[in-house]
Amino acid sequence: MSTTGILEFLTIFILAIFVGNEVVARVPSILHTPLMSGSNAIHGIVLVGAMIIMGTATGTAQIILGFFAVLLATLNIVGGFTVTDRMLEMFKSKPGDGPPRGGSKSKSADAEGGAK
Amino acid sequence: MTLTIWIDLIYLLAAVAFIVALKGLSSPKQARNGNLLAAGAAIVAVGATFFNPEAQFSSHTTNLILAIVAMVLGAVIAVPVARMVKMTAMPQLVAIFNGVGGGAAALISITVFLQHSDSAAKPAVYTIAEVLLGLLIGCVSFSGSAIAFAKLQELMTGRPITYPAQQVINGLVGVAIVALALATLLTGSVTLMVITAVLSLVLGIIFVLPIGGADVPVLISLLNSFTGLAVAASGFTLDNNLLIIAGTLVGASGILLTRMMSKAMGRSLSNVLFSAFGSVVTAAGGADGTGETRQVKTGTPEDIGVLLAYARKVVIIPGYGLAVAQAQHTARELADLLMERGVEVFYAIHPVAGRMPGHMNVLLAEANVPYDELKEMDEANPEMATADVALVVGANDTVNPAAKNTPGSPIYGMPIINADEAEHVIFLKRSMRPGFAGIDNELLFNEKTTLLFGDAKDTLAKLVAGVQEA
Repeated sequence: MSTTGILEFLTIFILAIFVGNEVVARVPSILHTPLMSGSNAIHGIVLVGAMIIMGTATGTAQIILGFFAVLLATLNIVGGFTVTDRMLEMFKSKPGDGPPRGGSKSKSADAEGGAK
Repeated sequence: MTLTIWIDLIYLLAAVAFIVALKGLSSPKQARNGNLLAAGAAIVAVGATFFNPEAQFSSHTTNLILAIVAMVLGAVIAVPVARMVKMTAMPQLVAIFNGVGGGAAALISITVFLQHSDSAAKPAVYTIAEVLLGLLIGCVSFSGSAIAFAKLQELMTGRPITYPAQQVINGLVGVAIVALALATLLTGSVTLMVITAVLSLVLGIIFVLPIGGADVPVLISLLNSFTGLAVAASGFTLDNNLLIIAGTLVGASGILLTRMMSKAMGRSLSNVLFSAFGSVVTAAGGADGTGETRQVKTGTPEDIGVLLAYARKVVIIPGYGLAVAQAQHTARELADLLMERGVEVFYAIHPVAGRMPGHMNVLLAEANVPYDELKEMDEANPEMATADVALVVGANDTVNPAAKNTPGSPIYGMPIINADEAEHVIFLKRSMRPGFAGIDNELLFNEKTTLLFGDAKDTLAKLVAGVQEA
């Protein structure tokens, strides 16, 4: 990688910090757990890196390391998304009732009706 | 060449999808769609990686097969575990999935280090620095998450584990890691790299030991953020924008989320991480022996059923005890019954009720409790003084008035639900054992408090019967 290369990556890194801060700036406390779990799943994309490492691995040691990197990353990404979906699924009152309702009054009334 | 461009474009789209998904996860209406969007983007990005020339799968068939085997194995383990684990065990499950992500980042770093040390060309200093950064953070996140899991799963004590000069020793280990990492950077020695990795694993363990069980969720959020940064470091190592963006997003939003969580507990992050919260208290509680000698008032489900049935306003304050007893459905049954009789009922949810912020909402949503019957602490507290009955189900620390009026108490300053302001306070408890924070609760000895001992689900079922007969 050239010096300009690393500068480009640093630029992306720093901009992503601001985006990361901005997108979760106002999250209600009821969503703290699902958000943590969801972002946990997102960093499971390390699987892409693990696959690249596995593909280029040569020799037994590297192949074993690569294999476990792919295995662990798969656990992270698959488990992470599945468990988050299960959490968010619970916010529905009944099947087919659409996405969970937020603060709006009319929607909450629907929820109550739907639950009884 | 064009293939590389297509794959980079797919990675870019996946990165954008992750940003949109994270935004969606921050709003109740879009949360589930956000998660599905992120999952879809991840599948596409992983699929594209099979064709990524950098991965060289076309010329390394054995590696390709092994990668597929590892992925299938991972999915076969992860899906049933994630589907079957009880909702109450959710926090430790998140800890484990986070830890393995950190572990994957660390393994990537080790492999890249070995590849560089095998090749004749000497890599640039910053290349090795990136590798070491990913290794260090990944290892800390891996072992730290493992200890967090053990604490929540009660494989080990949830109490803070302290030893003399703890912070000094931990600090010295940190300094040693930095020194070793610098030495590795200069020499390129594989042995030094391995020692750095082992010491980083040790740091992860000793960093988590002094953190008490009640604070572990905040810690998991922080470790989640760490893993994000480790993934970003892997992205720098592999020149991969997707990993840099996704990892940094999680790293940055994770730190913000961690701070929001500690704020919900009324404490600063450094207080959570370094104060060995709860360790002093155990000693104090033992010395008083208050739990044994002082009088508490217990009642019968029939009496309390009558009290509830003829109340005007009942506030249910659920805690972790409700969750472990799987009593959320019975609680809802009781609430519905009372509402049929014209009693005003709502649930007051402390931000850290359960074991993670928002955990209680998830559990009550599972029992189909309508969203508008749940009131967050700030909304509920002004109404507590007008409530006839505060029904505390398996909660303790979140209603402990010591947080308001005992400056020496470790939970002093933590916002609580003002159950003590209600006319009657009913505690459904398993035993006189103190709560997760390990401190006594004055409210239990208050004259307007009545206790009902037993499993929360059984007791609630008896209350339902009591109300029906009233």
